Amino acid sequence: MATFSTNEFKGGLKIMLDNDPCSIIENEFVKPGKGQAFNRVRIRNLKTGRVIERTFKSGDTVEGADVVDKEMQYLYSDGEFWHFMVPDTFEQYQADKNAVSDAIKWLKEQDVCTMTLWNDSPLSVTPPNFVELTITETDPGLKGDTSGGGGKPATLESGAVVRVPLFVQIGEVIKVDTRTGEYVSRVKE
Amino acid sequence: MLAAIRRFFEARDVLEVETPLLCPATGTDPQLDFFSSQFNFPPNRPTLFLQTSPEFAMKRLLAAGSGSIYQVCKAFRNGEAGRYHNPEFTILEWYRVGYDLRQLMVEVAELLQQLLQSFSAVLPTKQISYQQLFLDSTGLDPLIFSVEDYRDCAAANSLPEAVELCGDDHALWLDFIFSHRVQQMMDKDTIYLLHGYPAIQSSLARLNVDDSRISERFEVFINGVELGNGFYELADPLEQEARFDKEIAYRLSHGLPAVAKDDAFLQALKFGLPDCSGVAIGLDRLLMIALGSASISDVLAFPVAPFEAKS
Repeated sequence: MATFSTNEFKGGLKIMLDNDPCSIIENEFVKPGKGQAFNRVRIRNLKTGRVIERTFKSGDTVEGADVVDKEMQYLYSDGEFWHFMVPDTFEQYQADKNAVSDAIKWLKEQDVCTMTLWNDSPLSVTPPNFVELTITETDPGLKGDTSGGGGKPATLESGAVVRVPLFVQIGEVIKVDTRTGEYVSRVKE
Repeated sequence: MLAAIRRFFEARDVLEVETPLLCPATGTDPQLDFFSSQFNFPPNRPTLFLQTSPEFAMKRLLAAGSGSIYQVCKAFRNGEAGRYHNPEFTILEWYRVGYDLRQLMVEVAELLQQLLQSFSAVLPTKQISYQQLFLDSTGLDPLIFSVEDYRDCAAANSLPEAVELCGDDHALWLDFIFSHRVQQMMDKDTIYLLHGYPAIQSSLARLNVDDSRISERFEVFINGVELGNGFYELADPLEQEARFDKEIAYRLSHGLPAVAKDDAFLQALKFGLPDCSGVAIGLDRLLMIALGSASISDVLAFPVAPFEAKS
């Protein structure tokens, strides 16, 4: 695998740190007037999601991490693993609970998402920023309800629960922002 | 700001000078990377360097009897870009013949206060030794090197990588802890004049006559940002040459680009550099502080690469 010098550091670069794949969030060049230069780096551990700070001597090299993002289609879950497929090659991957974590609650079968692979095995799953899902369960609305004020919980076909306005009914399709978990709008069929 | 600088020095009878940006020789400091270019002039097409600071040229003028001088010019450092670094930057450098370091520090504070007064309230100044500030901030004595204590300090400050990074290189440990902890802990809106730097960290300053572990060097900081660096200038050509040789050897052993000693500069020292102190201030950073900018690219019309400020 390629190695990277600190002067190639930039946001999004994937490197190995303490045997875990990490993504650089931010790189700051620190240099005392007449001394050694450092690169102070904020890094996200892609396995645990934790963000740490680490310093490197400028000019040092680190090993790159073989981390790639691929668009995949979610196929089905067998209870233990979740199965995904690359649409153009039909390559299939199975991801465990750690990899799919919260993302899975936004996905229904056939949906396309981004899979992050490390050494060709699933590391994490990122749903699209916006998903459109059908409401399977929510309290019935009352006459006179308008968009103003309040809200109620609604369960979606993928399993996620979001707060929706009172006028939204079972069977309707809604658009949700997966980054915030918030209702955006109703979708006209 | 430039007009205010010129007024300041005019009132004090310091002569403004200009020296070449493109030089046949450059500094040997292993921590400074330079830009070099080829002069297309047959037969030997000499290599010319963009100066990393106007220091050598200005000292040649001093040796030739110029008296106190100042210069505002561009300086270039390769491989430096970040929130506080642009590879091309503006430097204000001046030398005071007959001044010792204390007198020059007072003058630096006066200049900074004058330059910043139209932007903010008058800033208080704090003169403190490197050793004292280091002790106050970390409990470590920078002049006494004990690997265990330094390691404990790094661990206590959640900087565990320091152990591997710094090994038992004293200067590196100091740079590391200073830039990661001490600078962050400085009071806001205060001009720090930090003097008595460890001798292992300066190549162009004299050593303190009473304590050879420290050198006659100071640095200026505001809000933890390093603005400038001053020396009681080393005038001994043999000592200077020895330090050059040491740095050239270091460059060679560490695979850094080779450089030649600046012979014209050494000649000038042999001829005799008057007793003087000199300092260089980074004007772009000073402007950042005056305007409260988060990134050097905010104060440059056309930075080399725009760097986003921390949100």
